[in-house]
Amino acid sequence: MNTNLREDFFGLADVLIEKRAPGEEMRLWFSGEQSSFVRFNNAAVRQPGAVEQGFLSMELIRGQRHSAVTVALSGDKDIDGARLEKALAGLRLELECVPDDPYLLLPEDPKSTEQARANRLPPPEEAVQEILEAARGTDFVGIFASGGIFHGFASSLQQRSWFESYSFHLDFSLHTKANKAIKDSYAGFEWSRSRLESKLEDAREKLAVLDRPVKELTPGKYRVYLAPAAMEEITSLLSRDAFGLRGHRNKTSSLLKMVNGEATLSPLVTMEENTAGGVGPSFDKEGFIKPSTVTLVDEGRLTGALVSPRSAGEYGVPTTAASNGEYPEALEVGPGKLASSEVLSSLDDGIYIGNLWYLNYSDRLSCRITGMTRFGTFWIENGRVSAPTPAMRFDESLYKMLGTNLEDLTREQELILDPSTYYARATRCARLPGALVRDFTLTL
Amino acid sequence: MQDLVAKRFLEIAPEADFVSLRFLDEKSEIIGVRDDVLLPLQSGCNTGAMITVMDRGGLGYAATSDISKGGLRRAAQRAVDWARSVSGRMVHDFSEVEMPSPRGRYESPVAESWDGVPLTDKIALLLRASESAKCSDSIVNRELFLWYTSFDSLYLTADGGEVEQRFHLMAPDIRVTANRGNESQTRSLGSRGHCRQGGLEVLSRIEFEKQATQLAIEADELLDAENCPSDRMDLLLAPDQMMLQIHESIGHPLELDRILGDERNYAGTSFVTLDMLGSYQYGSELLNVTFDPSRVGQFASYAFDDDGLSAQKAHLIENGRLVRALGGGISQARAGVDGVANSRSCSWNRPPIDRMANLNVEPGDSSFEDLVSRIERGVLMRTNRSWSIDDSRNKFQFGCEWGRIVENGKLGALVKNPNYRGISASFWRSLKGVGDESSFEMLGTPFCGKGEPNQAMRVGHASPVCLFGDVDVFGGEQ
Repeated sequence: MNTNLREDFFGLADVLIEKRAPGEEMRLWFSGEQSSFVRFNNAAVRQPGAVEQGFLSMELIRGQRHSAVTVALSGDKDIDGARLEKALAGLRLELECVPDDPYLLLPEDPKSTEQARANRLPPPEEAVQEILEAARGTDFVGIFASGGIFHGFASSLQQRSWFESYSFHLDFSLHTKANKAIKDSYAGFEWSRSRLESKLEDAREKLAVLDRPVKELTPGKYRVYLAPAAMEEITSLLSRDAFGLRGHRNKTSSLLKMVNGEATLSPLVTMEENTAGGVGPSFDKEGFIKPSTVTLVDEGRLTGALVSPRSAGEYGVPTTAASNGEYPEALEVGPGKLASSEVLSSLDDGIYIGNLWYLNYSDRLSCRITGMTRFGTFWIENGRVSAPTPAMRFDESLYKMLGTNLEDLTREQELILDPSTYYARATRCARLPGALVRDFTLTL
Repeated sequence: MQDLVAKRFLEIAPEADFVSLRFLDEKSEIIGVRDDVLLPLQSGCNTGAMITVMDRGGLGYAATSDISKGGLRRAAQRAVDWARSVSGRMVHDFSEVEMPSPRGRYESPVAESWDGVPLTDKIALLLRASESAKCSDSIVNRELFLWYTSFDSLYLTADGGEVEQRFHLMAPDIRVTANRGNESQTRSLGSRGHCRQGGLEVLSRIEFEKQATQLAIEADELLDAENCPSDRMDLLLAPDQMMLQIHESIGHPLELDRILGDERNYAGTSFVTLDMLGSYQYGSELLNVTFDPSRVGQFASYAFDDDGLSAQKAHLIENGRLVRALGGGISQARAGVDGVANSRSCSWNRPPIDRMANLNVEPGDSSFEDLVSRIERGVLMRTNRSWSIDDSRNKFQFGCEWGRIVENGKLGALVKNPNYRGISASFWRSLKGVGDESSFEMLGTPFCGKGEPNQAMRVGHASPVCLFGDVDVFGGEQ
């Protein structure tokens, strides 16, 4: 795959759009990456490698009928040309078989946009060398992902949008001999050896506490602090099905009580989709441009929703250019008044929860969530870190933990970049504060 | 295209201790209907190759969708560069790993070809099923999907190994939600749990259209059901919940790469340690668990894994005793223990790691009625809807869509929001009844998440209904 992806995509789009028959419209979406992935265990390399991939989604529209196909691009013009020619013929046949789609929506005011970030990444071998040196003497585990991410949109409505970003993400944990661990990440667009070393040094210092004898906990209610990374696990679960308009309307949202106006979160809680503060493309796969922000929860009340173009067509409301899954890409929970430096003293006696793990709903009606504590979780006594805790299961309603039992949110928020690499490297993020919560229920 | 790729591989294979190429050519179609409206058709053609190199003790891979000769050559060079650049700094000296040079073929059995039925007929089937699920005013959401995937996999090694495998995969799904006020209840096919290898006969086997109606009736009935009681009691799990129980608290803890620590930063570790192999009493003597890639039609059947190892059926747990872990050739070499052929990748763009394939609880000798008759007080649960387990795969909490009280040996009232929690290390020892062939079902999931970079993998799980004693069961809040 060459480096002129933008020009290649727009050139290919011109050729394909030219092949339309009378009455046909076309939308094209490109998704590609040139990535290095290096996996570590025991401060050594487990699997190093590279992935270059590009996929073109082509949607053919005739009246209210439409159909789409996604094709892996080889980068070879002859091979790709033959594949796409065949795919286009297939779409024409499908249009003969499908009924009109009552919810098909095309942009009324088509716009184009460009977001390009220069490549300031070091060669991955250099970064790996520095990681191994900085991690020497530790039980270091994790993954380094680095390289370019590309998205493009083109349509027969004269739209041409492009997103290009070069980033790295080192997602790692340090482990004690008893396999207690501290987790952190170092992510961004410009690599700094000193920043890497500082991150690892910080993790090393925290790790020392984990060697202390474990404070055994019994099921019951505890005063806890949920660090931003733990909050991210909660908002990630909610993101699956809480904020989309479709779920609100067809009664499958986990926030159904809020949708029905019969429950609220704490007035301290405000949530918005902050595309302007995100790290992903501001355009969607169907040619719509996302608004800078969409308020979802305002002072504890559900006030908005993410709306895909399809839902906009179905429910007759404006789209927010959300993906078909209607999940946030850049969720922000507004800050509170608690200074991060005062978290431990405010917690007094309780649990500092650095991270949570494997969350799921145990009772959707009550938005009751279960999950485990994991990574960097400590017993705090008299406002001081006292001892590590065992992995504990919690089971608590959102309406309590971010509702009646929420004491405060931190003044400082943390930008958490999603390290997910299912199918492709993610461009999602979240900007979150920590939360001080009373009567948080541990069950096992 | 496979012949062309094979020819190019011979031309570009670099000089190294070991070189392999894994080429995938995949086609997929998803046809969906929601509330009687056809969703946009989704089809895909996904083609690419991964070249793996072991040299000077190092290992490297490079994957590319550019399968031209030049593209493959660049990928090969990249893989060589990675292998050499990390030589001496890897978790294992890969010059000590003996990679197989396999030869063989495999193809999924198909009785009724997907391509043999017109698109219009498949759409009509979904629309009929959708219509039939609108059986009550309470039904507020009906979603039905057919997901068909076929792919050719070609595995080549520079020393002459060649494996061709052709897969046909069907994953139907139905979700129906009933609502009244703040109460919504959903019944489903268990998030594509009835996925199998094969063609449209998979739909006939589960009576797809009838399922839509039945699930809608059950979702509606759940609105009027009481919450599941909270207490310690017997628990009877149907195969579509056993699937999840096997997956989370036997499959994952037995993966050798977790035991070796590779997954500690993401999917987690395991409460199982290498010294337990051969001696640890994992469950009661009724528990027999097999890794079985040979079961015809099961979702993750194959003849060779993605590192070229020939796949055979093997017991992992025999009469309750742990005898073998789930680890492919590389993990076996690293750990110095026996394993199985389960080094698998989700596609051409991800490297193989230890995965479940078909992981099954073997049938026992009790009929469903026998098991029910033995219960003084308990709950029968069907169809997983919530799953959560700790990173060492010990403390779990699972929830189901549907429950039914069992009292004094008889099935009783329907209950909603049934959940249970336990600890893997003790839960399987409370197994006190295993269903016979009559309750044995072959199920699976396309979405087992693991690995860095992340991979969503297809796995199969077959099980009869199973009875557990003294389990912590509970329901919803109101």
